[in-house]
Amino acid sequence: MDFAFFLIQLLNGLQYGLLLFLVASGLTLIFGIMGIINLAHGSFYMVGAYLAWSLSSLTGSLTAAILLAIPLTVILGMGLERLLFRHLYQRDHLYQVLLTYGLILVFEELRSLIWGDDVHGVAVPALLSASIPLTENLSYPVYRLAISGVCLLLAAGLYFLIQKTRLGMMIRAGASNRDMVQSLGIDIKLIYMLVFALGIALAAFAGMINSPLSSVFPNMGSQVLIICFVVVVIGGIGSVKGAMAASLMIGLAETFGQVLVPEAAGMIVYVLMAIVLVWRPEGLFGRA
Amino acid sequence: MHENEKLGYDRREFLRGSTAIAGATAAGVLLPTGISLAQQAKLKVGLMLPYTGTYAQLGVAITNGFKLAVEERGGKLGGREIEYFTVDDESNPAKAPENTNKLVQRDKVDVVIGTVHSGVAMGMAKVIRESGTLWINPNAGADEVTGPLCAPNFFRTSFSNWQTTHALGKVLKAKGHKTAVFITWKYAAGEQMMAGFKEGFEKEGGKLTKELYVPFPQVEFQALLTEIASIKPDAVVAFFAGGGAAKFLKDYQAAGLKGKIPLYGSGFLTDGVLEAVGDAAEGIETTLHYADGLDTKKDKAFRLAYAKAFKLQPDVYAVQGYDAGQLLAAGMDAVKGNIGDKAAMIKAMEAAKIDSPRGPWTLSKSHNPVQDMYLRKVVGKENKVQGVAWKALADPARGCKA
Repeated sequence: MDFAFFLIQLLNGLQYGLLLFLVASGLTLIFGIMGIINLAHGSFYMVGAYLAWSLSSLTGSLTAAILLAIPLTVILGMGLERLLFRHLYQRDHLYQVLLTYGLILVFEELRSLIWGDDVHGVAVPALLSASIPLTENLSYPVYRLAISGVCLLLAAGLYFLIQKTRLGMMIRAGASNRDMVQSLGIDIKLIYMLVFALGIALAAFAGMINSPLSSVFPNMGSQVLIICFVVVVIGGIGSVKGAMAASLMIGLAETFGQVLVPEAAGMIVYVLMAIVLVWRPEGLFGRA
Repeated sequence: MHENEKLGYDRREFLRGSTAIAGATAAGVLLPTGISLAQQAKLKVGLMLPYTGTYAQLGVAITNGFKLAVEERGGKLGGREIEYFTVDDESNPAKAPENTNKLVQRDKVDVVIGTVHSGVAMGMAKVIRESGTLWINPNAGADEVTGPLCAPNFFRTSFSNWQTTHALGKVLKAKGHKTAVFITWKYAAGEQMMAGFKEGFEKEGGKLTKELYVPFPQVEFQALLTEIASIKPDAVVAFFAGGGAAKFLKDYQAAGLKGKIPLYGSGFLTDGVLEAVGDAAEGIETTLHYADGLDTKKDKAFRLAYAKAFKLQPDVYAVQGYDAGQLLAAGMDAVKGNIGDKAAMIKAMEAAKIDSPRGPWTLSKSHNPVQDMYLRKVVGKENKVQGVAWKALADPARGCKA
């Protein structure tokens, strides 16, 4: 591998890592702040991708599809929180696992009924469809770079929301002591509903903007679910900063692993997770 | 003597069956109606296929194809009507033995048709090897099934993984490519297709420079595409399927490799995904045992009949299901519906020449189709046939001792 290709692989790794962050950030919010283990996270990713596909074939524009789909997923998130999740905050994690596993099955079946079992492609917006030539036979799709930009913006936005705003302060307070926050006169139920909807919308949004790259297909959610949990565990539960660090680490490890030790490529991420957990059982940025 | 239609092939069943025959024969002398009643007893066909999950459509296509073959024969095989028993195998290898037993032990079917997923097929092989039930596999391509695991009662009407890429060696050589890189998922089917290609390509003097693996079922290819660009082989050969194939084709184009390094593949790379990938697949050449535009009388008739019956266009899976029906019919006709005469039935099936929509084929000694592999090229939304890449390609059936 000469130096130019090393740099390109570095770019690949960072770009993949940023994408992982986008998918995992919603999970880390819901898991970390609300203590809900949401196995259906991947399903919301899938719902986002299918919404992007069906709405963009209706409207002819991915941008319009995304703008239409985001409110829909926020409503979906709020509805689910009100109807189902709200009743499980005080229960054991096992109930949440059962509920969200059930939701996976429900969403897969609904997907099959509404959209069918075909593989679908989503067109990249014309504005971003170009590629930048890097070497004589390799070029880099502009859309991938654009996604990286969006991921960075979103990361900054989340950080600002949680660390610097009043709402963020209430969210953090609610995460550490729900009852106390409530007795101070803050509507914690509303805050939880908002956080949950935000987490769902983030997952769905990741599915939407990733759909031109990944295609849209049945069971696409289960593929991202596991890696999302790895990100959350390595980064430290509930830490957005940690999720970012873990995503980038995994992106780089997987990229270089595939090239340098192709035989063990499937294992590298899990070896990395094991090492991190031995060294820091609470994750990179988790609170013990 | 048709009283023994329930006759399975294990010894206990056989003994029970024989007693029944003896009893019925004796009774038949006095009550001739007993025999005519028994003659109408239905043939029990067990369909073990995926009806939910990623492979659901494949299961449906195979079922449709099989039923079409039966309907064309007036709904009867060897003079007997068919009773279907259906099990959804969910493409779950862990449940394969249990699901197979539902058909073999509980329903006591005469013949099992299944399945799509190779891992499930391996589980079926274990159970059916013990029960001795007749088994026709209409898809799962694991080399082992007609290799080390082969048995007299195992038949396959589809392909072995080895077959789908072996002919590509010749194709690449003819195009003047001397080096190639193979990229696939790291799991059994991918590795077997890689081995089939490697063998064929090296025989022609080509060199497989590098084997690239993506963990199954991941679809992040960017790192390996960069690696391909840095290796600069004459050609790239790939096997992915379904959503993975669609993503790979699009990524290959987006990375600017399409048109610079020609891409070839096992036919599954471009089957069922052309709607999704747009022009990313245009011009890509693959080998498979079926293609669009074969334009034979049989293929045309089949496509018309299938479209009429199911309001769907048939695909390679429908053809494989249809041929499973045809192969079973050949056996049933030879023994006039007496499936208990297993030896004669197997012999007839082994000798059958199947007039398939894909073109006529026969069975190898290990019961895998000896068939023409077509070279196909993606033109618009079709895998248009370009010619025959390998006439009557037979799987080497390594390790088959039966």
